[in-house]
Amino acid sequence: MSTPAPTPDLGPDPLDVAALDAAVADALAAVAAASDLDELKAVRSAHTGDKSPLALANRAIGALPGPDKAAAGKNVGPRRGRVNQAISARQGELEAERDERVLVDEAVDVTLPTDRRPVGARHPIELVQERIADFFVGLGWEIADGPEVEAEWFNFDALNFDPDHPARQMQDTFYVDGEGDKPSNLVLRTHTSPVQSRSLLERGVPLYVACPGKVFRTDALDQTHTPVFHQVEGIAIDKGLTMANLVGTLDAFARAMFGPEARTRLRPAYFPFTEPSAEMDLWFPQKKGGPGWIEWGGCGMVNPNVLRAAGIDPEEYQGFAFGMGIERTLMLRSSIADMHDIVEGDVRFSTQFGTEI
Amino acid sequence: MPRIVTDWLGEHVELPADLTAEQLAAALVKVGLEEEEIHPAAVTGPLVVGRVLAQTPEPQKNGKTINWCLVDVGPEHNATQIKGVDDADVPAGGARGVVCGAHNFGVGDLVVVSLPGTVLPGGFAIAARKTYGHVSDGMICSVRELGIGEDHDGILVLTRAGFDAADLTPGQDAIALLGLGDEVLEINVTPDRGYAFSYRGVAREYAHSTGARFTDRGLPENLPTAPPTATPDGFVVEVDDAAPIHGKAGCDRFVTRVVRGIDPAAPTPPWMKRRLEGSGMRSISLAVDVTNYVMLDLGQPLHAYDLDEVAAPIVVRRAQPGERLTTLDDADRALDAEDLLITDSPAGERGSRVLGLAGVMGGASSEVGDATTDVLVEAAHFDPVTVARTARRHRLPSEAAKRFERGVDPRLPAVAAQRVVDLLVELGGGTADPAVSDLDATTAPQPVRLDVTLPTRLSGVPYDRATVVGILEQIGCIVTDAVTGATVDAVRVTPPSWRPDLTEPAALVEEVVRIAGYDQIPSVLPAAPGGRGLTHEQRVRRSVARALAEAGLVEVLSYPFVGEADLDALGLPDEDVRRATLRLANPMADDRPLMRADLLSTLLDTARRNISRGLPDVAVFEIGLVTRPVPGTPAPPQLPVGARPSDEDLAALVAAVPDQPRHVAGVLSGRAVPAGWWGGGRAADWADALAAARLVAARAGAEVAVVADADTMPWHPGRCAALTVADGRVVGHAGELHPKVVEALGLPSRAAAFELDLTALIAAAGDAPVAAAPVSAFPAAKEDFAFVVDADVPAADVRAAVVAGAGPLLEDARLFDVFTGDQVGAGKKSLAYSVRLRAADRTLTADDVRTVRDGVVAAAAERVGAVLRG
Repeated sequence: MSTPAPTPDLGPDPLDVAALDAAVADALAAVAAASDLDELKAVRSAHTGDKSPLALANRAIGALPGPDKAAAGKNVGPRRGRVNQAISARQGELEAERDERVLVDEAVDVTLPTDRRPVGARHPIELVQERIADFFVGLGWEIADGPEVEAEWFNFDALNFDPDHPARQMQDTFYVDGEGDKPSNLVLRTHTSPVQSRSLLERGVPLYVACPGKVFRTDALDQTHTPVFHQVEGIAIDKGLTMANLVGTLDAFARAMFGPEARTRLRPAYFPFTEPSAEMDLWFPQKKGGPGWIEWGGCGMVNPNVLRAAGIDPEEYQGFAFGMGIERTLMLRSSIADMHDIVEGDVRFSTQFGTEI
Repeated sequence: MPRIVTDWLGEHVELPADLTAEQLAAALVKVGLEEEEIHPAAVTGPLVVGRVLAQTPEPQKNGKTINWCLVDVGPEHNATQIKGVDDADVPAGGARGVVCGAHNFGVGDLVVVSLPGTVLPGGFAIAARKTYGHVSDGMICSVRELGIGEDHDGILVLTRAGFDAADLTPGQDAIALLGLGDEVLEINVTPDRGYAFSYRGVAREYAHSTGARFTDRGLPENLPTAPPTATPDGFVVEVDDAAPIHGKAGCDRFVTRVVRGIDPAAPTPPWMKRRLEGSGMRSISLAVDVTNYVMLDLGQPLHAYDLDEVAAPIVVRRAQPGERLTTLDDADRALDAEDLLITDSPAGERGSRVLGLAGVMGGASSEVGDATTDVLVEAAHFDPVTVARTARRHRLPSEAAKRFERGVDPRLPAVAAQRVVDLLVELGGGTADPAVSDLDATTAPQPVRLDVTLPTRLSGVPYDRATVVGILEQIGCIVTDAVTGATVDAVRVTPPSWRPDLTEPAALVEEVVRIAGYDQIPSVLPAAPGGRGLTHEQRVRRSVARALAEAGLVEVLSYPFVGEADLDALGLPDEDVRRATLRLANPMADDRPLMRADLLSTLLDTARRNISRGLPDVAVFEIGLVTRPVPGTPAPPQLPVGARPSDEDLAALVAAVPDQPRHVAGVLSGRAVPAGWWGGGRAADWADALAAARLVAARAGAEVAVVADADTMPWHPGRCAALTVADGRVVGHAGELHPKVVEALGLPSRAAAFELDLTALIAAAGDAPVAAAPVSAFPAAKEDFAFVVDADVPAADVRAAVVAGAGPLLEDARLFDVFTGDQVGAGKKSLAYSVRLRAADRTLTADDVRTVRDGVVAAAAERVGAVLRG
């Protein structure tokens, strides 16, 4: 072993074994004395940090001539290892202690309210319409929109409502004032059915569309009526569509809205725009006073006159249409007893529904 | 709508003896006659016939005299001991003691007694009670208490009401006798089935539903007396229709009959009264009751005139300008030139006096009165359109009009008139005059050609030819083979006279499917060819609504009706476009006749309602259509029905429907962040409204710029932003509401609101796919700038300068502090931006950052006069 070259004014030799042992002892004592993680952090910095004796010793190894490096390394490495091991052991002890005591001290009352940010909601009438739209999109249908202030022709005439037929009075219509004495020929649509004629004219056949939307009739607001309400209209025109297809569509729709037990029943009825026509009842297991049938909407095979008004040959194409009230659907689904809740805009009503129905 | 008294129905069709109203409803609904209501029995409990055995008047201190009566109510109900009466004085066989305040009866009279336990109409429960020193063990009933009339004359004495004493026994059930125990089914008749407005028609449908044996009492062969043919001396009737509607004469059948010598005092028999009242019609007088009875029975509206008040000839004509008529309901009416009138010819002046509105209502002058002995019976057939228009014009939905406008069997008049004559002769002691007139211009129903496979092709139910033909014959059609050797198997179907609605093959199909049963239709889900899913606009609408809800706003719906006062409250100037909206001719509320042109005009009211219900922290939104008519747009053309309009006509039609963009609006007031253990919360302000508006734009995919707008109500002139899209068009506003509006609406101060044209936003954004920029993984460099600018320089301009100066390395620039005060000087403000820089292809160098920094400082100085703070 050769003697290292004397280094002038270097102070104590960092590789001096006794000094190293002293540093280790200091370090181990400090580690043992560290009473919390913050103190241990300071100990780690003081005894293994850049300026600590052990770090300096380690660095000094680099300056040694080749043959001395290994010997010095054997002196320094294990000592550093011992200190690091002690630190990490103490770290473990202190963390365990913290977990046991300090985190307990930091406990908060998690039952405190956390509603720092108000939560909004959708209106259930809109949500039901979206759900209905999703059902029909799933069948491969499309969703059509139409205007609420509508030409009388689309609302009545195109649907085979003769101006003098009592059916035209069946629906209590809001009429728009004309200029001077002239009629405006505009109404607030009394049903979503004008979208039938618009769709037939604009999209042609084959046609499979559903139209949820707002409709208007001059009924005073009470528990079950409102002058402004919502319907969904469906129309399918293709070659060879039958009433059996109408029933199949309604049954599938009923199941989608009211569960696997739901089914529908048709009763003969009259609507100018369908022939044959039917009222549709829904089997409702949750009906007040026991399961039973409840009126859900109207439907039928599209009247040939409606097809002719859209320039479609009723000999070649035929199909069905149906419509039902969204409010009624919602009231049945969600046990709503009073229409006022739906129309008054009280946020407490919407909030119950969140953003999905 | 018609009410069905079961035993009356049984005169037309065989019914099971114990048929309940519920069973009847179930049978009828199967063939399309829907239940409207089942009217419960009027009276329940022991209501019996009683004979008055003793009647002792007892004057009372209050001046009234009451009658203490002993009444024989039959062995089942009689008591042998009566409180306060010596056993010896109790009549043999027993009796009941009853106190009665009326005096129009005497010993021996047969009356109706409600014994304790009876419940009379109106829920009036009878019990034994102590009164005037006796125990009254029941009640002797008046017509009024029984709910069968408004007669105030007192006690119902059965023999005076047309009952034969020989048919009555004390103790007999008076509920059955008076028909007070029947539940009565009321049905709803659809507009295409006028014939079902009669027992004849309902019975026919019952037979279709159940197969029960039906006798058509509307056919002459089923009458006891066949109707005579017209005689030359019949009452002269002329139809002189100068203005037929749609080319159809207003009257095509007019039968008259005369019955003389009717006893004006002859009462309507109890059975007829009971049936009329059960059917919902009041009894008036024998002649009127008989015409109503036959109308309900067969469906033929009839009119009885006092023969002395009618001068031949009767002329059926349209009204002349200025003519008036006082109808039976005592209303004096100005007549319209389209009204069809029944007139007569006093003093030889032909058609000079108006007797009635044809098929709608008679006039007061020729009404059958208390002294009428000779009656002229009218049984006519009028054009449905004429009657419908007159009934509507005069708001007279009379029983006659309801039937005529839905279509009455034109073969009925002679039969119905004969029934009236028979009843007046039988019940009123009159004599039928042999003179008969019958003006008949009716035409036979047109046959319809039906492909016998059509019912199967439309319904999906396999019907064989025999079923199709059999059902059509069952409903009264005449079916003949149409064309032998034709390519399709078609038949000629001539509908019965009572079915004017059967004019199309599809209508015949409905009959086949209906009678065979809708329950036979199988359930087969059709396979649609596959659609394109929701449209872009529909998806964006959902996204916007969801985003607002997740941002803490609650969706509500409000009625779209507004009034001038609402628009005044918003402070809209006179010329504001939102005032130029549509007005309803028949609004729900007179003070809200307009269609809203924006959502806030109704949504603010909804916000206010929530606040008034103790919910001061309101954040609500609505998405809906608003009406924006373009002034001067012509009304849509009235186009014909049943054929496709020309492209030009359609274009005109579509163009004439007012513009109805979809808007989204929100109102925020109270606290945006509630107070709590975390602190005092934060009040909602203009910035919350603007943030919501920006969120809407972002979800719509539209880039919007924000500029100050000092001039749009209902917003605060200093705290309102207009949002514009790329082409500069204003698509909405957001900010604090004007203090005047807040005050007028009673909202909390500083309430804020936004409204955007969602349709315009979506259109501006377009539906092009996002072209994604690559995401750089190189390190970012951050630089902060604090600029001092003049206080009136908009922050958006400063940011724009920062962005422009930073160049392509800019990833984000964020304003993190706004500061005013002594340190920046009067009229100045300090805006501090934190800028994040990054290159796509390398780590930025100090030089890069220095260049950007210099660029930002220079641009800010140049564009907005900004000075970097030291």
